[in-house]
Amino acid sequence: MFLHLVLRSALVKRGRTVTTLLAIAVASGVATAMLTLYAGVDAKLHSEFRAYGANVVITGKGLGQQDLATVDRLVANSGTAAPFAYIVAKTDSGAPVVVAGTDFARVQKLDRWWSVTQWPVRPGEALVGARAMTAIFGDNKTVTLNYAGRKFNLTAAGILKTGGDEDSRIYIALGDFNPWAQVPLSSIEVSVGGSAADVDATLHQLATALPQAQVDPVRQLVEAEGRVLTKAEAALLASVLIILVTSFMCLFATLTASVLERRKDFAVMKALGGSQGAVNRLFAAEAGALGLLGSLIGYALGTGAAALVGRANFHATITPEWSAFPVVVVATVMVALFAAMLPMTFLRQVEPASMLRGE
Amino acid sequence: MFPRLVFESFRRQRRRKTLAVVAVTLGMAVVTAMLAVSTDIGDKMNRELRSYGANLVVYPQEDTLDVKIGGVDLKPASDGAYLNEADLKKIKGIFWAHNIVGFAPMLRAQAQIFRNGRREDTQIVGTYFAKSMTYGKESYTTGVRTTHPWWKVSGAWPHDDSDEALAGDKVGLHTGDTVKLGDRTMKIVGVLTSGGEEDNALVVPLIRAQELIGRPGAVRRVLVSALTKPEDDFGRRDPKTMSGATYDRWYCSPYANSIALQLTEAIPNSRAEQIRQVAQNEGTVLSRITGLMLLVSLAALLASILAVSSAMATAILERRREIGVMKALGASKGAVVAIFAAEAALLALLGGMLGYALGALLAQQVARTIFGSSIATQPVLFPIVMALAVAVTCLGSAGAIRRATRMEPAIVLRGDV
Repeated sequence: MFLHLVLRSALVKRGRTVTTLLAIAVASGVATAMLTLYAGVDAKLHSEFRAYGANVVITGKGLGQQDLATVDRLVANSGTAAPFAYIVAKTDSGAPVVVAGTDFARVQKLDRWWSVTQWPVRPGEALVGARAMTAIFGDNKTVTLNYAGRKFNLTAAGILKTGGDEDSRIYIALGDFNPWAQVPLSSIEVSVGGSAADVDATLHQLATALPQAQVDPVRQLVEAEGRVLTKAEAALLASVLIILVTSFMCLFATLTASVLERRKDFAVMKALGGSQGAVNRLFAAEAGALGLLGSLIGYALGTGAAALVGRANFHATITPEWSAFPVVVVATVMVALFAAMLPMTFLRQVEPASMLRGE
Repeated sequence: MFPRLVFESFRRQRRRKTLAVVAVTLGMAVVTAMLAVSTDIGDKMNRELRSYGANLVVYPQEDTLDVKIGGVDLKPASDGAYLNEADLKKIKGIFWAHNIVGFAPMLRAQAQIFRNGRREDTQIVGTYFAKSMTYGKESYTTGVRTTHPWWKVSGAWPHDDSDEALAGDKVGLHTGDTVKLGDRTMKIVGVLTSGGEEDNALVVPLIRAQELIGRPGAVRRVLVSALTKPEDDFGRRDPKTMSGATYDRWYCSPYANSIALQLTEAIPNSRAEQIRQVAQNEGTVLSRITGLMLLVSLAALLASILAVSSAMATAILERRREIGVMKALGASKGAVVAIFAAEAALLALLGGMLGYALGALLAQQVARTIFGSSIATQPVLFPIVMALAVAVTCLGSAGAIRRATRMEPAIVLRGDV
């Protein structure tokens, strides 16, 4: 009987049920979208910050390829590592210049802000910093450099501009560098992804795996990232909270009004002998059912909206936030129940007869 | 008659009207708060991004190549060209002076210091710490404390132009030690942890480094931290290819490159460029964050439109008996629509004003808590919010009014709808 009443009530006034359902779906959809976005934004923004390059530097005496392999293994999918070896070579006229040996493919991935006219591909080709180009090469395309009694002929393949120390260096591939310079790696620069805690954990892993090396965070990047992200996320959280509270308050106002509208139904039930408890249960069941259904629809819509925002802004997918599901459903159902029960407390004082009369 | 009907409606149905006003107020408060925050957040985040330090560098035009390896500068101090310290104050005279957050001059030298029981070659870096300077009537402080905010000092920061110095944490000196630099005895007042090459150096006031190399007023490099506009295709164009109005537009936009150009105009014999690692990436990060806040604002706008519409729709459908009575008494559909539209407009005006006040307050609170500065409320926001309130409320009620007026009075009055 109870179930019959609830179902009939919903189906008879189809228009009103649909409007209520829509209001609930919108409120819970907005709540879901906001929570999903907030949960996903941290990871997305952290990956944006990786464009700044290496946030961990490994230095030491005698770093080699095996150390690079260890680093690769530890950072795997979440980071990039690039090896660097430095020497001071001299031109035939005695002018000193810093020559760096590196892996160009790795550097291209790690230091995306480098402005490079052309990356070297063939042996003997060099990437020359803008200032080194004018000072060392001048108008020549090739130059001979000396180090430890050994000569090396370089061809300038491309010019590098960064505004930093790189502009004064000449970069060549490790394949050319090692036989000529015969020095170990000077440093391995690593860009580690994830939150500050993840970076810290990876730092300790690297330090343990490479006991003879020095593993340091690049404080400039790590601290600034922390500061900027905290502020951005706080602003987003404030917005999310404002929107959530307002949506649910609006939903509450709407649902209360719609229950109050049905006070004639309430009066008829009381006049027919229904106890306050029975009437309460009926309205509560209706509100609960609508709340549940509406929040399910809303969750689906909200997840879709969040995915759209993710694609539009970050050009990446934002996955559904499963932990938001129980929160949204429970919150919506509670708001619906509360919105149904609050009018009951007013209405219980009024005589059914006067309500039916229209007062 | 018409105003009396509207007035009576407000007087008699106070509770219903209150609920509707509450819905409109909340909706408009959200819209106001979100619009206020998202229009200002770009500026606020730009300032936060200055935590990354200097994004521009100025160096002498005639300078020779740097030879820096392992954090040690091998170039002899007498080599190369220098900038003039006296020209530095002209930085605050450029077109974009208000965007210059701070600058720090740098001068490197080598000295032999007695440490670890013997005399060792040590890098010396001369700079400003928090030097007070004046330009015209304005006074300001600038130095590494602004351009290198990640530098951590255990102890105290040295005073500018004094005999105090910082020792990098890898140098092996402690707070309270004294060091002889040339003819002067310097006191270490703090130990510096920078995470960079300064950890291997002694950081001294600029004037002491200048004395050491015997060149008063010399500056090797100036690091500048400026608020810039993210670079777009227009910003990337070569200014030499632009003329007239286009050039003016480029010059008057705070791109990193245009500020760099203005710095070279202010400091004679210099060259300036953006430090790409900082300047390029802050543009991307900024656009991501402002983009996100804009989309969230749009979501908030949509949510409040829907919330207000549903509240208005419920409030109106509730009164279909009234509409039935009015029509039965002979009111035309137009008259009924007019009455309800007028009520909706009044609700919108009231709710809009309250919502604007609430939203503005909320936005200020959020900005002050998160950023420590207040939002510059745009006065143009008020008419926008009011217009939105009226539009949303009227549109939201339109559907409901239309549906209600279409119902047959007799059917509605019977209670069958």
